[in-house]
Amino acid sequence: MGGSLVLLIVLVVVVGWLIGAYNGLISLKNQTLNAFKQIDVQLKRRHDLIPNLVNAVKGAMEFERSTLEAVIQARNQAVKVNAAGPEGIKQISQAENALSSALQRLMVVVEQYPQLKATGNIGQLQEELTSTENKVAFARQLYNDTATQYNTKQQQFPTNTVAGLAKAQPADLWELEDQAEKAVPQVDLSMKPKV
Amino acid sequence: MSDDTSLNLFQQQEANRRRTVLLVIGFVAFFAWLGFGGDYIYYLSTRDAPSTVYHHVFPWFGIALTVIALLTAWYAYATGPEKVLWSTGARAVVDPTDPQEKQLVNVVEEMAIAAGVPRPRIWIVDDPDPNAFATGTDPLHAHVAVTRGLLELCNREELQAVVGHELGHVKNLDVRLMTMLAALVGAVALMHDGATRILRGGTNLGGGSWGGGGGGGGSRGGGGKKGGPLLAILLVVWILSWILAPIITQILALAVSRKREYLADAMSAQFTRNPLALAGALQKIEGAVAPTAAIKRGAAHLCITDPLGRRLTAHEGLFADALATHPPMAKRIAILRGMGYAQLKKEGGGVA
Repeated sequence: MGGSLVLLIVLVVVVGWLIGAYNGLISLKNQTLNAFKQIDVQLKRRHDLIPNLVNAVKGAMEFERSTLEAVIQARNQAVKVNAAGPEGIKQISQAENALSSALQRLMVVVEQYPQLKATGNIGQLQEELTSTENKVAFARQLYNDTATQYNTKQQQFPTNTVAGLAKAQPADLWELEDQAEKAVPQVDLSMKPKV
Repeated sequence: MSDDTSLNLFQQQEANRRRTVLLVIGFVAFFAWLGFGGDYIYYLSTRDAPSTVYHHVFPWFGIALTVIALLTAWYAYATGPEKVLWSTGARAVVDPTDPQEKQLVNVVEEMAIAAGVPRPRIWIVDDPDPNAFATGTDPLHAHVAVTRGLLELCNREELQAVVGHELGHVKNLDVRLMTMLAALVGAVALMHDGATRILRGGTNLGGGSWGGGGGGGGSRGGGGKKGGPLLAILLVVWILSWILAPIITQILALAVSRKREYLADAMSAQFTRNPLALAGALQKIEGAVAPTAAIKRGAAHLCITDPLGRRLTAHEGLFADALATHPPMAKRIAILRGMGYAQLKKEGGGVA
């Protein structure tokens, strides 16, 4: 009698843990997917913003045609690759990183044109671009944090025993390509609007 | 490690939910005690009176006060955030035209993404002193307010860090507990003032219900054969409860808010990955010594720094621990600097 009671309690505890672990994994999986969607939303915003930006600076930057073209090209490439969806995360991150560095070069160049900066329009666009870049970066950060958490959970004992049941697959992280990409926040620093 | 922080976040949310429920229960129980205690005292004092005089049998006060407390708690939960914002005179930023406001909106959107919460509603308090607070009941119904002074004083990164701090409060549901507390503290203060006025006038108002209570107190000697000491003790405790109610709620407000500031600082650092920006912002805010005129005592514990400009927050110690709404600024800045240097060291190591 006492033995079966102990057995029952153990069973209840084990089943309870199973349910908890399974649901935890599912919830993390969905959070990861959601975080990925968030990056997507922000990348679209960025792609929509770039034509405006290029138009605004085009007239004053005749001499910097190559910089502008690099931005447009990188943007078009990014838009094309982005259609691939979550499977192509490696290619997407590569294209977006290329776009980031092109934009970064453009912003450095814009800094050298005081007359361009003097018009309020550019100041606003700069703020928008800073914000968009930050939003992309923070969306990536959230995705990477959530995905890491998800990956760790499915590899750690004892949760890894339920990972198969929850059809958990390690999620790819959004890689930072090179040192130039890592330097993006420093560009943000220099783009503080004058208050 | 991120696993650990998420667990802490979850526990933190749970703890805040639980504390809010406890706060409401405590609030209602306290008013029930005031009501039913008063009834009982009144009952004891009129029990042995001649049959021609009124005998207090049915606990009217208790029922009335409990119902009032329940309604107040419900009202506080439903309208607390609005009331807090209203009390500070904040105005909503809906369609910003001013570049500064536009930047604020952008920064809040960025931090909402970093924190993984919906974008809160954004408010500006037209006050020259730098300060910020968050209110709301959950991340879906959250509000972040900053003063005009903060927008003027801080650069983009620092503003981001401050907003990150406020969204930390939103994400771990501090806002629910703290807004509820603010609303209930306000309610207690209001009721206390009202009741004191009625009680004071009670001796003259012979026929009034509270006046009746006062009269009952006078006839206590007659009823003292059985319940004398009990009645006296009850009466003293009861009156003390009335007097101390606002002080108790104030101390409660202080006690719940201090530890949360460190946690929200850490969450801001986690969102921005830039603890030094918050350290810089706190230092600038600390440097602006003027109190935030627009933010009154009731909402003080919601702010990023003590809006009343009390110098208590400058020191650590028993006295400050008991009375300040915020932890010492120097300690907060030191902790953030520590995080910043640890991060720099790690990055340096990674490159080398």
